[in-house]
Amino acid sequence: MLDKVLFYFFAAIAVASAALMVTRRNVVHSAIFLITALLATAGIFLQLRAEFLFIVQIILYVGGIMVLFVFVIMLVNLDVALQQIQFARQKWVALLVALALAAQVGFMFWTSGKMAGQGLPVLTAVAANRLPANSETVAHSLFESYLLPFEIASVLLLVAMIGAVVMAKKRT
Amino acid sequence: MMNAILQATLEFLKLYWVPLLCGVAIVAILPLIVGYIVLVERKLMADMQARLGPMRVGPHGLLQPIADALKLLIKEDIIPDNADRLVFWLAPVLSVGAALLALAGLAIGPAFQIAQDINIGILFVVGISALGIFGIVLGGWASNSHYSLMGALRSSAQLVSYETAAGMALVSALLFTGTLNIKSIVEAQNKEGIWFVMLAPVAFFTYLVASIAETNRAPFDLPEAESELVAGYMTEFSGFRWSLYFLAEYTNMIVVASVATTLFLGGWLRPFASVPWLNFLDFVPTLLMAGVGAYCIVRAPKQPTRVQQLFMLAVAGLCFVLGLVLLVPVLVLVAKPFYAGIHGGFWFIFKVSLYIYFFMWLRFTIPRYRFDQLMRLGWHFLIPLSIINVLLVGVALIAGAYFNLKGWGLLLVTTPAAVIALVVALLILNAEKERNARQNQTAASDFYAG
Repeated sequence: MLDKVLFYFFAAIAVASAALMVTRRNVVHSAIFLITALLATAGIFLQLRAEFLFIVQIILYVGGIMVLFVFVIMLVNLDVALQQIQFARQKWVALLVALALAAQVGFMFWTSGKMAGQGLPVLTAVAANRLPANSETVAHSLFESYLLPFEIASVLLLVAMIGAVVMAKKRT
Repeated sequence: MMNAILQATLEFLKLYWVPLLCGVAIVAILPLIVGYIVLVERKLMADMQARLGPMRVGPHGLLQPIADALKLLIKEDIIPDNADRLVFWLAPVLSVGAALLALAGLAIGPAFQIAQDINIGILFVVGISALGIFGIVLGGWASNSHYSLMGALRSSAQLVSYETAAGMALVSALLFTGTLNIKSIVEAQNKEGIWFVMLAPVAFFTYLVASIAETNRAPFDLPEAESELVAGYMTEFSGFRWSLYFLAEYTNMIVVASVATTLFLGGWLRPFASVPWLNFLDFVPTLLMAGVGAYCIVRAPKQPTRVQQLFMLAVAGLCFVLGLVLLVPVLVLVAKPFYAGIHGGFWFIFKVSLYIYFFMWLRFTIPRYRFDQLMRLGWHFLIPLSIINVLLVGVALIAGAYFNLKGWGLLLVTTPAAVIALVVALLILNAEKERNARQNQTAASDFYAG
């Protein structure tokens, strides 16, 4: 019961603050709501007993990326941004795409409910103290099962970083 | 619906009433502790500048923190006209909330830990305490003042640049334990019989510098540099809001000191906890308390008024009682089970106090850095050094496993690694110096250009 209530609590916060983030006119307020949405998602991770994902979500997204976001927002002139048109003009296309996506997700849920053994896999419930420690599990899957993809992804990120530095550097 | 929520609340309370009570107790006691840390800091500053410091309220100013807290509580609460009121209200709360939440993961002795045995232990403490930065940045922005905004921007830039170095330093210590759980980290140091500060001295140094920068303390207190920015991000905050920021800053100091103590200084372990013939060290806490008590008794007759004399004697009595409490588990067999809890708590708090004392020392000794110097120290010196150190410690650990070294034997491989890291540090410093000299030269020849 506690799990269910916690899930709906965090999910409600995440959805509400995501909606508020898009609709606020003040950029800093949007950033605050984005932070709340990310924190609520972290809460859902924790409720699912994925404590490592919970803390990585907080350290990377909230503590790292959002700090940079807010940093950049404060360097930008807010008054100019307020007077510009906030939404792009392709809103009908966007609406169509969003509806298609929602239909797709809904269809998947619907079929998985109908056919047992197909669609979304349903894991058997285990008591919380029987679960393997999450950080160890993540480490094993990253550094044993999927070592090569992991390394390729990190090289890709490194290339992107070096590219950004080269582009930002003054040409002398 | 309501029924379900009620049921969930009851379930929650049944599971977590002990940690909840502990949390309430910490929130209640912490402002008092922080108040006395501030008093110690003021006394120390006074001593270093050949003054007396606060002397009026209570003997030797011992009641000054309470007077200060009262003053801050009843001060007028001012919100600037064009401030973003909601964010202005939210910002100090965020700062304090993050700092207090981080305390929950710490273990003060094997018996006292609010969030018991969390798998991500040290990451939780570090990650949550880093959220306090939003309090500073949003507070600076919401004040709608240039000084505040400058302070906030400096603060976030500083935190982002030093977090990498601190994280890398933590990684090199965690390599020895193979776990993030706080209790297991201290137990690993007990098993090895050696603290990680001996095995990874370079990492400890890196963490020390980075932790000063992260808590915005002098010599890295640029976000609130009073000679340049009035009071930085706190400029527009007054009264209780201001004191919340203050509380957050000192709580953060406690948090970083506790993390350093847990990872590098053996947590709640006594010095040489696994050497049996040094067991007489168990009497040190009692002797220390008795010494402080005796000093208070000596000083008592010299106080000017009767009330102050009695107060000094009461402090002495408190010290003696604490000494007795620390003595009982060592001598009386029945109380043996409480030994680990009580003495662990003492040693942990003792080490944390020493670390904070060192912070204060640095504050009164080293002048403030310039902002470009601060950035250069972070990006050009600490980050490369800490990354190289992680690699070296890893190599040393593999070598240690190859030669089957344990405990003090590990020093044979970690010391060369530390020496190599030191050489690298000197090389980096040298390169920096040459670069500076070259820049100065070009600047000098370019003197009339502007």
